[in-house]
Amino acid sequence: MTVTSSIKSPEALTLAITAEFPAAVERVWQIWEDPRQLERWWGPPTWPATFETYDFHPGGQADYYMTGPDGTKARGWWQFTSVDGPTRLALNDGFADDDGKRVEEMGQALMEVSIVDGGGRTAMTITTTFENTEQMQKMLEMGMEEGMKEAMGQIDGILAK
Amino acid sequence: MVVDQLSEDVVDRLFQALSDATRRDIVRRVSAGPMSVSGLATFYAMSFAAVQKHVAVLERATLVTKEKRGREQLVQANPDGLALARRLLDEYEEIWRQRAARITDLLGQAPGAQAKEPS
Repeated sequence: MTVTSSIKSPEALTLAITAEFPAAVERVWQIWEDPRQLERWWGPPTWPATFETYDFHPGGQADYYMTGPDGTKARGWWQFTSVDGPTRLALNDGFADDDGKRVEEMGQALMEVSIVDGGGRTAMTITTTFENTEQMQKMLEMGMEEGMKEAMGQIDGILAK
Repeated sequence: MVVDQLSEDVVDRLFQALSDATRRDIVRRVSAGPMSVSGLATFYAMSFAAVQKHVAVLERATLVTKEKRGREQLVQANPDGLALARRLLDEYEEIWRQRAARITDLLGQAPGAQAKEPS
């Protein structure tokens, strides 16, 4: 297990998760910098991600979708607020509709990435801040396999009534 | 009230993660029963507006709810919100654990199409 710490604040709706990798800082930065590498880990294997645009600069936007087992596409966008390689990255993550337009009422989550050299190993901390529990729930339910399972569970419950 | 049915243990665990002492205190107080914002403000050495802000943060996180009762705003605890937030963050943590595992796999592989680095 590479995750070394996880600090949750349900009250502030933040999660700070730290993972350690046996690689140099520059190498870890590449998994964010290169959309082709990003695609290989962002979405779960059953919901692989495809990044259609990737403007990796402060103010730049990325557009992606994840494809589910039944072909369903969950679209999202990123807006980079700070790109300070190879150690710091911040972005806003939100949802888009089928036309790729932002779904504003879904809100956005702020993600801050910090990559720290640990002498042969590299620690990466992702701090995510959600706006509220409703939004967090929606974000988890839409486009994320784990959340989808739960959404499916809810549908089962509704159908059983 | 729901909170009365929870054991002290569960309540402790739920509130353990509250990061701000004032907000933790607000949640504790309103867990015992609804209170007005001005009533809450009498307990803290800070302005009414500051207390109101703390309440707004708690409300946004769906940990408390506000209800208009006449001219006053009554604040009450929403333990379900806190429990939900914890559960959702657990889920989100799991997503990142899985991502970290995939990143480890990716980093362990040959660079492939990447620009060649001098060894």
